[in-house]
Amino acid sequence: MSDPAVLVVGSGPAGLTAARELAVAGVRPVLVVDREVEAGGVPRHCDHTGFGLQDLRRSLSGPAYARHLVRRAVGDGVAIRLSTTVTCVGDDGAATLVGPGGIEVVHPRAVLLATGARERPRSARLVPGDRPAGVFTTGQLQQWVLLRQLPVGRRAVVVGAEHVAYSAVLTLRHAGVATVAMVTELPRHQTVGAFALATRVGLRVPLRTSSRVAGLHGHGRLEAVDVEDLLTGAVERVAADTVVFTGDWIPDHELARRCGLTVERATLGPRTDRWGRTSRPGLLAVGNLVHPGETAGRAALGGRDAGRWLGADLSSGATQVAARGLPVTVARPLASVVPSVADPGDPPRRLLLRTAEFTGRRLVVARQGGRELGRHGLRHSVPNRSLGVPGAILRGADPDGGTVELSLA
Amino acid sequence: MVEVDVAVVGAGVVGCAVARHLAIDGASVALLDRAADVGDGTSKANTGVLHTGFDTEPGSLESRLVARGHGLLTDYAAAAGIAVERTGALLVAWDDEQEAALPALLAKADANGYASARLLDAAEVRSCEPHLGPGARSGLSVPDEWVIDPWSVTLAFATEAVGAGARLLLATPVEKIVSGDGGHELELPDCVVRAQWLVNAAGLGADRIDALLGHHDFTVTPRRGQLLVFDKLARRLLCRILLPVPTARTKGVLVSPTTWGNVLLGPTAEDLEDRTDTASTTGGIEGLLRAGRRVLPALVDEEVTAVYAGLRSATEHRDYQVRLDAGQRYVSVGGIRSTGLTSSLAVAEHVAGLLDGAGAGWSGPAVSSAPPVMPPLGESQVRPLQDPDRIASDPAYGTPLCHCEQVSRGEVRDACHGALAAADLGGVRRRTRAMNGRCQGFYCGAEVVALVADETGSDPGSLTRVPR
Repeated sequence: MSDPAVLVVGSGPAGLTAARELAVAGVRPVLVVDREVEAGGVPRHCDHTGFGLQDLRRSLSGPAYARHLVRRAVGDGVAIRLSTTVTCVGDDGAATLVGPGGIEVVHPRAVLLATGARERPRSARLVPGDRPAGVFTTGQLQQWVLLRQLPVGRRAVVVGAEHVAYSAVLTLRHAGVATVAMVTELPRHQTVGAFALATRVGLRVPLRTSSRVAGLHGHGRLEAVDVEDLLTGAVERVAADTVVFTGDWIPDHELARRCGLTVERATLGPRTDRWGRTSRPGLLAVGNLVHPGETAGRAALGGRDAGRWLGADLSSGATQVAARGLPVTVARPLASVVPSVADPGDPPRRLLLRTAEFTGRRLVVARQGGRELGRHGLRHSVPNRSLGVPGAILRGADPDGGTVELSLA
Repeated sequence: MVEVDVAVVGAGVVGCAVARHLAIDGASVALLDRAADVGDGTSKANTGVLHTGFDTEPGSLESRLVARGHGLLTDYAAAAGIAVERTGALLVAWDDEQEAALPALLAKADANGYASARLLDAAEVRSCEPHLGPGARSGLSVPDEWVIDPWSVTLAFATEAVGAGARLLLATPVEKIVSGDGGHELELPDCVVRAQWLVNAAGLGADRIDALLGHHDFTVTPRRGQLLVFDKLARRLLCRILLPVPTARTKGVLVSPTTWGNVLLGPTAEDLEDRTDTASTTGGIEGLLRAGRRVLPALVDEEVTAVYAGLRSATEHRDYQVRLDAGQRYVSVGGIRSTGLTSSLAVAEHVAGLLDGAGAGWSGPAVSSAPPVMPPLGESQVRPLQDPDRIASDPAYGTPLCHCEQVSRGEVRDACHGALAAADLGGVRRRTRAMNGRCQGFYCGAEVVALVADETGSDPGSLTRVPR
């Protein structure tokens, strides 16, 4: 094929939405590549509802949402190539594509990375013990059950108590697996109260708070999971043939890092501004790659913004630029902020904050040097759930005044 | 009843090398292992260092066989297309005691006939390896310590042995051995193997086989080695294998590149009783991370891709225990430590020499044989997904399946077929690298299981050992 004007890497909500915005803006051709056999990203195997609320203003199941985004993008003129992996983006922007048709080098005007995130597997969490079969992440489990209808097991322990952990319990149930315990290191769950109650009471799944999985046992197949109470140090051996490690998302940032993009320590995603511009002109990053564990809708909205900016930029013939603005950082117990680069004259609609611990209603304060720029009331916060703060809080910042820090008052 | 000239018990890297050598020499060979795959015990956990033997005991059998094996295996790997990276190694001294030990190590290298080792000062060490932690005092450079793909070596030997006529009998624990003038009768669960000669290469079980023959020359003490495999993004942090300087107090751990593009940190050394305990432990992992942080601080900021443990078959002797009992028509190959990967071909040559010296004759003529061409699994090699001709020949080689390790569908399919077809998912991992990467199956786990089930005609539930 002829060179795409824009190459989008990843066909999840962020990539498809960005590509569609580009096509609507008249950019042609827009090529989305995905290494999977099917487009749509993670929602393809999330068989619960609630997808699309933020970007489409309606609620769909994950697979329906994925199909909708694919149809809409293709309908608007986006080309999608599957089973194709991008092995390299050179300094000149040339991208190497590998797929069943062979190896091809394309020369797009811009590359938009939307490679998503994955859950840390057991090994990356350094959970000791044997290495039996029966150890899953949620993403793996969902594909196992929903895409491939493979048998799972009988008795499961679910690690984590975020939304995704409760989703894993439902997927296990669908596969005929009883969840015998959920385990979280935190003092309480991180989901909606109704989900937690329905799971604990309705499905009779006990939640073990302030606890962690301290070891796996089993030769061949998992036989038991050691659950340690972090308050007492007591360890109980729970019989289980299946364990699902949920949440603890990490960006799939390999390509981004190999492209030399500056990466934020807090998120491990590329440093970006509100338009998805990175430290390298011509290379944008959006979605869960930038902010792992974000909802599909928020990822899609980030893709939309990046697509709009890039579409206008390419149409105007302007030269592409790197992320512009001041660095934005956070102080504990705040854990991260996205975007981490912001222009006080053109701030993002909102900044997304995450905390490391549960907090009550608090005020977030923006400061530059010692000077307070503004403050904003926050509702109570839950670890790993994003809180929005209006980007206008940055408006008073001096463009030459250096880093803006957000902290809780 | 299977009747052969030689039965080789144990299909680890040494057993496979011995079987290959004897089969090529014209012996009819039965190669037995209790596991369902070759190289599924100690051999699969090898660190993949191709040793020079510079620090072995001068004059020992190990010294001789490692030095000889280094050259033999280097040539074999080149012929079989097995990945070798000529990284070199650097021993780094971090304190007075370690620094003081370096000249003696240099002298030991000399005594072992290895002449290319060289002492380096702090500045040279730093310029070789700029990511080393602060406080590196001096070093010893050993340019011929390299890394090799350990899994493909065992598989290649087994493949060539079978090609030369050896019978591979897997999942066959030896329950009883009856020895007499007519040779040895090995009772297996489903059959009996009658062999004129017996070679014991049973690794962790070598002393037990030895005892079945009435020998009590050594006792195997499993020495567990826990290892951490770091993400490929850590590979840029080092060029060489970073070896510890052994002292009276501690042996230390190494930090090594792997041919798969990762970085290995380990191993621990824990003497155990249980010959099956390959579990990792909190203490082991924490100790490795502490050691790794000192050697290469940026390493521990990268993600850990895998944690595993292997059991070395240590004995009370420092040297290899290779013994012939000509009257009994028996050779025992015990106490082969982690250097056994490097020395394997030389051990096989040595065993063949012992048998020849004892007057063993084989029923067939020598076979002309060449190393098989192994799948290119090394990062330094051209993988199918990077090979336009391969993809043109079959689009399955251009269809990505395991994204982290860049494995195509065609490679996983191939691993399910042939004389050395994978028997389980572990076998698929060792033949293709599929599912060994940073996501550990988040993306490809279900696809790989479905494909393997399809290709082998097996039930996905039994592949993943789902309880009934």
